Parts: sequence; structure tokens; C-alpha cells
Amino acid sequence: MNLLTRLGRYFIFLGMLFRRREKASVYARQTLEEAVLLGIDSIFIVSIVSTFIGAVTCVQTAYNLVSPFIPDYVISLIVRDMTLLELAPTITSIVLAGKVGSNIASGLGTMRISEQVDALEVMGLNSVSYLVLPKILAAVLVFPMLITIAGFLSIWGGYVAGTLTGAITPDEYIYGIRADFIPFNVPFALIKTVVFAFLITSISAFQGYYTEGGALEVGKASTTAVTNSCIAILVADYLLAQLLL
Amino acid sequence: MIEIQNVSKAFNGRQVLDGISGKFEPGNCSLIIGGSGTGKSVLLKCIIGLFKPEAGNVLYAGRDFWEGNADVKRDIRREMGVLFQGGALFDSKNVLENVKFPLDMLTDQSEKEKIERAEFCLQRVGLENAAKRMPSEISGGMKKRVGIARAIVMNPKYLFCDEPNSGLDPLTSVKIDELIQEITDEYKITTVVITHDMNSVLGIGEYIMFLHKGHKLWEGSNQNILDTDVPELQEFLYANQLIRRMKNH
Ligand SMILES: Nc1ncnc2c1ncn2[C@@H]1O[C@H](COP(=O)(O)OP(=O)(O)OP(=O)(O)O)[C@@H](O)[C@H]1O
Ligand SMILES: [Mg+2]
Repeated sequence: MNLLTRLGRYFIFLGMLFRRREKASVYARQTLEEAVLLGIDSIFIVSIVSTFIGAVTCVQTAYNLVSPFIPDYVISLIVRDMTLLELAPTITSIVLAGKVGSNIASGLGTMRISEQVDALEVMGLNSVSYLVLPKILAAVLVFPMLITIAGFLSIWGGYVAGTLTGAITPDEYIYGIRADFIPFNVPFALIKTVVFAFLITSISAFQGYYTEGGALEVGKASTTAVTNSCIAILVADYLLAQLLL
Repeated sequence: MIEIQNVSKAFNGRQVLDGISGKFEPGNCSLIIGGSGTGKSVLLKCIIGLFKPEAGNVLYAGRDFWEGNADVKRDIRREMGVLFQGGALFDSKNVLENVKFPLDMLTDQSEKEKIERAEFCLQRVGLENAAKRMPSEISGGMKKRVGIARAIVMNPKYLFCDEPNSGLDPLTSVKIDELIQEITDEYKITTVVITHDMNSVLGIGEYIMFLHKGHKLWEGSNQNILDTDVPELQEFLYANQLIRRMKNH
């Protein structure tokens, strides 16, 4: 199947999400359940990754800034900006694409090949919206929370690493993260995250939902889901930067 | 009544069904029989609206499923119960929740009413003690029975079962057949059962359609199936020792 056909099918799939929906109460409960699962499942990996990324950024920036004319607080300024603009929203989303995306694709793929999707269809339900909409809503709800935590931990990781290695003093670090602060970077990071959340869940669900065959194809669907989600995140990242900055 | 007219279906240019017609009457158990890979499940999926046939019509009490709009399709679907070949239970829900699921989604009954109804259906398939178990914790035959309970929980007008008794021991198998026949008689529903099981064929086959390589080669009832002169059907029937002996006596 060529790229355009796939893209077309993806948009038809998105259209099916919102047609002929079931009772609202069903979605509310499902979304809440998915959100709790998603949050609890991801918080550990998100915390680890973001803390270390912040730490590494701080240490490497310090290593590169050897000029005596550049004040030390620039290190934490760089950590802050990189965290807000790129590291927290984009890198965390890519990590989540691996975790959440493969989970969604293999879950739906298994439901497809074991005829559970067919079972929903013959009940006269809209299986796409029943299965996928709550996952998308949950991700759009929970991802910004995770990214907020990631941003905080990344800057904190930089603080710990920078002060422990003696690259920067605590006072300078705090001064740096408050210097030349552009407030729009925060809503920008959150907007990006919401877009990424939608892309990851919808692309992975699309891959899983249309799985054909057996267990092998479920595995393939899950790999493709992660690959495509990552590509989509990076393309969207570029477009949003062009559009909003 | 369900009427199918000239239903044909191909996958990637390979013809799987070729112009199948037939009528399934209410209050009757209609069987679709035939060897493995002859297109029985595909025919069933064309009837219940999961595969769109390339040609032909599927009429539910005169309403054409494939010609109908989304509302017609949904209305027809809410009148049917389907048991899939593998049971198709929802992995994340326990047995009771699986059976209760159609009620949750499609009715406004109170929780108590729904549980009572689901428990009643589980009782009919003899699984009242397995209500709290997960699908991964029960045997293949039990999954089939839970699938039947889920298929009948909404009091369907049309009941479809893909091999309800494959993988069951002979006694449970006969019980399932009896249950299907009982429900069919009791509520005058239109039941279509796919089977390889000769016990079922002779026991509950009021209308039997024999498929071979995508063609309908014979139709009739359990009264006259043993008198058939279609060689493919004879071969199918007399693969079974017991029937061969019956014939010889
Ligand atoms: N989704 C599909 N895509 C392509 N070919 C298919 C598909 N589903 C079924 N077929 C083919 O159609 C033919 C009939 O399959 P079907 O599942 O109807 O057999 P069956 O009569 O139900 O057999 P069994 O008794 O083993 O269940 C098979 O040759 C199968 O390979
Ligand atoms: Mg089959």
C-alpha cells in the first residue's frame, strides 16, 4: 500500500472516531481508567529519563562553555531553554511513543485477530470510537501532566549534577533559570505535548486496529506504530516550531 | 427469516464463495456444514455483515443488510447474537462482565437487573460458578459457552454460532446443541449454526446446507441427508464410522 493510500485510510479512521458514538457515560469511565493506567505506567520511565537528560545537558554544556567571558549562569539558562523547548516535550514524547504506542498497537492488534473487534461490530457498536477515543482522550489529558513533571525533574537533574560536580554554584543555577525567561515557552511546550499525544495514540491505534493475520503481524504492527509515531512527532515538532515561534 | 441470494466473495482474486443462496426460517436450527476451509466462516461473516460480498443480497425479514444505511445496519445488528469460532471474549473483562457487556452498552437497565440477566444466561450454559474468572483462566470449551451466554443475553432474534461444539467433550457438546435448540424453539428465533459435528447434524439439523469449495452442493434436512446421492456429501458423512454403520443396517 502506498503512502497516500495509507494516509487517506488514516484520515478516514480519524473520521470514524467521531461518528455514531455511544453513550457519553461509557467514554467518561473508560477515559478515566485509561488515564490512570497510562499515568501510573509511564511516570517511572518519564522520571528516570528526564532527570538524567537534565543532568547530562548541564554537565555537557558546562564542559563546552570554557570561555572566561561567558558567565556560569548561562549553563542553567541553556538547560532551562532546552528542557522547555525540546527535551521535556519532544524527547519524553518519543520515549512515551515507544511505551504507549506499542502497548496500544499490540492491544488492539490482539483484539482484532481474536475477533474481539468483530464481536463489538456485530453488537452494532462503533468499535473504533469505543476502543480508540478513550485512549486518545486519556493521553491528551495525561501527557501534559507527565511533561510538566519531566520538565521540573530535568531542571532539577541539571541542578543536582551541576552543583555536585562543581560546574556551577547553586545560586548561579537559580539565577540562570530565571534569567531572560520567555513565558510563552511553557504553553508552547504544552501545546506540542497535546499534539504529540494525539499523534502517538491515533497512529498506534490505526496500526493495531487494521492488523491482519496472526501473532507475527501483531508484533509488526507494534513496531510500525512506534516508528511512525516517532516520525510524526519529529515532523510535527518542526512544523509547530515554524508556526508558533 | 434470513434469506441469502447469490452471495459471492473472493479474496485477492481467489473465489471463496460462489453464488450461495438459501433461506433460514425462524424457530428452526439451520446448519451450514462442510469440510475445513470450504468457506463456512466466510459465509457467516458475509451474513452478519463483517465481510461485504462482491455480489448477492442478505435479507433480514426483507431488509437488505448491505443495501441499508448505517441505521438499518445497526438495527439489524442489535437483533443478532453471534458466537465466534474462538469465543472472542474480551480479555480485560471477567466472565460475568463479558456476558453483561451488551447490556451495559445497549440498554438502560439498572446494574442489578443486568447482573441478574447475565447470571441467568451463565446458568443456562452451566457456568454459574465461573462468573468471576478471567477468560485466560478458563478452558476453550468454557470460552465457547461464555460466548453463547453473551450471544443470547440480549434476547436476539437471530442467533449465529460458528462451531459451538468443536473442542467440547461429547456430553457437553450434546448439551450445547440441546440448549441452542431449546432457545430457538422457545423464542422462535432464527438460528444458524456452523458445524462439523455429525451428532449435531443428525440431532438438530432442521435445515442443512452443505458447502464444498465455495459451492452449495446440497440442501435438505436431517431426515433425508443420509439418502443423499451427492458424492462429496457422502464422503463427508461417511468419514464417520458410526454413520457408516447406521447406513449399512
Ligand atoms: N480475511 C481473509 N483473507 C483472505 N483469505 C481468507 C480470509 N478469511 C478466510 N479466507 C480464506 O477463505 C477460505 C475459507 O475460510 P473459512 O474460514 O470460511 O473456512 P471454514 O469453512 O470456516 O473452515 P473451518 O472449518 O476450518 O473453520 C480459506 O481458504 C481461507 O484461507
Ligand atoms: Mg471456520
